[in-house]
Amino acid sequence: MELRPDLAIIADWIRPGSRVLDLGCGDGTLLSYLQKKLNVVGYGLDIDPANVCAALKTGVNVIQMDLDRESLEFFETASFDYVVMSQALQAVRYPDYMLAEMLRIGNEGILTFPNFGHWRCRWQLSLKGRMPVSDHLSAEWYNTANIHLCTVTDFETLCQERGYEILGRRVVDKYHRNSWFMQLAPNLLGEIALYSLRDSRRSPII
Amino acid sequence: MAHNFPTDSVGVVIPQTKHFDTPLELECGKALPEYDLIYETYGTLNTAGTNAILICHALSSDHHVAGYHSERDRKPGWWDAYIGPGKPIDTNRFFVVCSNNLGGCKGSTGPISINPATGKHYGPDFPIVTVGDWARSQRRLTDALGIERWAAVIGGSLGGMQVMQWAIAHSDRMRHAIIIAAAPKLSAQNIAFNEVARQAIMSDPDFHSGRYYDFGVIPRRGLMLARMVGHITYLSENSMRDKFGRELREGKLNFGFDTEFQVESYLRYQGRAFVDRFDANSYLLMTKALDYFDPAQQYENDLAKAFAGSSAKFLVISFRGDWRFSSARAKEIVDALIEAEKDLSYGDIESNSGHDDFLMPIPEYWDLLSAYMDRIAMEVC
Repeated sequence: MELRPDLAIIADWIRPGSRVLDLGCGDGTLLSYLQKKLNVVGYGLDIDPANVCAALKTGVNVIQMDLDRESLEFFETASFDYVVMSQALQAVRYPDYMLAEMLRIGNEGILTFPNFGHWRCRWQLSLKGRMPVSDHLSAEWYNTANIHLCTVTDFETLCQERGYEILGRRVVDKYHRNSWFMQLAPNLLGEIALYSLRDSRRSPII
Repeated sequence: MAHNFPTDSVGVVIPQTKHFDTPLELECGKALPEYDLIYETYGTLNTAGTNAILICHALSSDHHVAGYHSERDRKPGWWDAYIGPGKPIDTNRFFVVCSNNLGGCKGSTGPISINPATGKHYGPDFPIVTVGDWARSQRRLTDALGIERWAAVIGGSLGGMQVMQWAIAHSDRMRHAIIIAAAPKLSAQNIAFNEVARQAIMSDPDFHSGRYYDFGVIPRRGLMLARMVGHITYLSENSMRDKFGRELREGKLNFGFDTEFQVESYLRYQGRAFVDRFDANSYLLMTKALDYFDPAQQYENDLAKAFAGSSAKFLVISFRGDWRFSSARAKEIVDALIEAEKDLSYGDIESNSGHDDFLMPIPEYWDLLSAYMDRIAMEVC
C-alpha cells in the first residue's frame, strides 16, 4: 500500500502498537494504514457524514463529532500516545486551544498545516496584492474554511511561547514530496509543514 | 385482494413460539416457572451459524419487525425500512431474529397470559421484569435456536438499552452491539413522563387494580392518555410545528373543549389506535423496565467499568432531532466506551422528527448502518 508522502512521514513518527487519536480523520486513510502496518489502536474523529461512512468502510473506529462545537474534555489526560491532526488546525475556531487539548490528551501531538510563508504565497501577496490561492488553498478569502492560516515561523513562535517542544519538523511540497533542499529553508520552500510536538511541562504518564 | 410486496421486502412471515419450562429467576426476586417467547426470523442461518442478528424492540413494539403477516396485510413490521433483501440489515446475508419481550402483550408470556398457578390471567400479579431479565430470557432463546454467537445485537430506544445489557452481561454470545437512540439510564424528566403515563392508566376507573380482564373492560381512557403523553416525547418541536403548527380542524375557534387544533386530533387518534393494540398492564411493566435500567449501578455508578469486561464491538447512533434520548445522552455511552478502550464507532445523525427518527428511512443513517453491517458481513459471512 503506497501512502501519501506526508502521511508516510507521520507514520514514521508513530511507534508500533500505540494508541492514536486522529482529529479530522477524513476517510480514515491514515488510521487504517497505521492499524494495518503498525498495529495501532485508536479512534478517528470527523463531522462529515460521507467521511464517517468512508472511514467505517476502511475498518477504523470513527466518532462523528464537530471539533469546533463539541469539547474534547471527555478524553482523559494522557489517554493516547499520539493525537494527530492533519490539515485541519487552520480550519478550527481556536487553534491554540486545540493544540493545548491535543497535547493534554496525547503524550505527543502530530500535526500538519499549509505554510503561508511559502514563497508563492508571499509572491501573490507582495507583488500581486492578492490573498494567496493555490492548489491546496484553493478557496477565495470569503469562502475558505481555512480561517487561521500561519507560517512555519508563526507556528514555532507559538510553540516557544507555550512551552511546546518540537520533536520533529518536516516540510513537503503540494504533491507531498519532500526533499533535503526544502528542509534548508522550510518557511520559504515548504508548502505543507509537519510537526511532532510534546508539552515539555508535562511528563509522559503512560 | 392480495397485493404485491416490494421486492426488498421479506414478504409474508409467520411468528413462531418457543416454550421454556425451566423457571426464570427474575431480578425482583420472583421467578417465572415457565414462559413462552414469540419471535420472527428472516433470512437463512448459514451452516457455520455465524450470520445471526438479534433485534431488540422498543417500549411498545414487538417481534414483528419486518415483512407482512398476510397477503392482505397493508402495514409491514416496525423496522421494515431497514430489514430485507438489499437493505442495511440484508436478509440475503443475515439471519435476523426478533422476539417479543416478557411482560409484553403480543404472544410472549405477559399479564394477559394465563397464570398456570391460578388458571386466570396474571394481570397485576405478573412480576416486574427488567431489561436484565429480558436479556437472560433471550440468551435461552439463543440456546434454543442453536446460535453460538450473534453476529450483532441491534436495537433502538429501550431496545438500545437491551443491547447495552447484552454487551455488558452476555458478550460471550455476541460480536457487535449496535445501540441506537438510547441513553445509559433514564433522566428524572424521562421517569416523570413515564409516571404520568402510569398514573393515567391506574387512575382510570376501568383499571380495577389491574384486574380489568375479569370485569370485561379495559382502562381505555387511561391507556389512551398514557400514549398521548408518550407520543409528545417522541416528536421534536420542529416536527410538530411542521406537521400541525396551530392549524385548526374547522378553520376557526369554537370556544369549547372539543378537538380544535390539529395536534389535538392527531394525539387523540394515536391514543385511540394504541388502545386497540396494546395492553395497559404491559405498558405499566415496560415503562418500569425503562425506569429501572441503570447498568452502571452495579459498577460503582461507573458505566466504563460496566463495559470493561465486554468483548463486544460497538456502534452507537443518535439523532440530533431527538430530545427524549438526545445526542448528549448517547455521548455518555460513547465516553464510557472510550474510557473502557472498546472498539467503538459513533454516528450523530442530522434529523428532524425526534425520537422516532430511528425508525425512519434517513439517507445518512441508512449509509452509516449499511457501512457498519458490511463490516460485520466481512467478518462473519
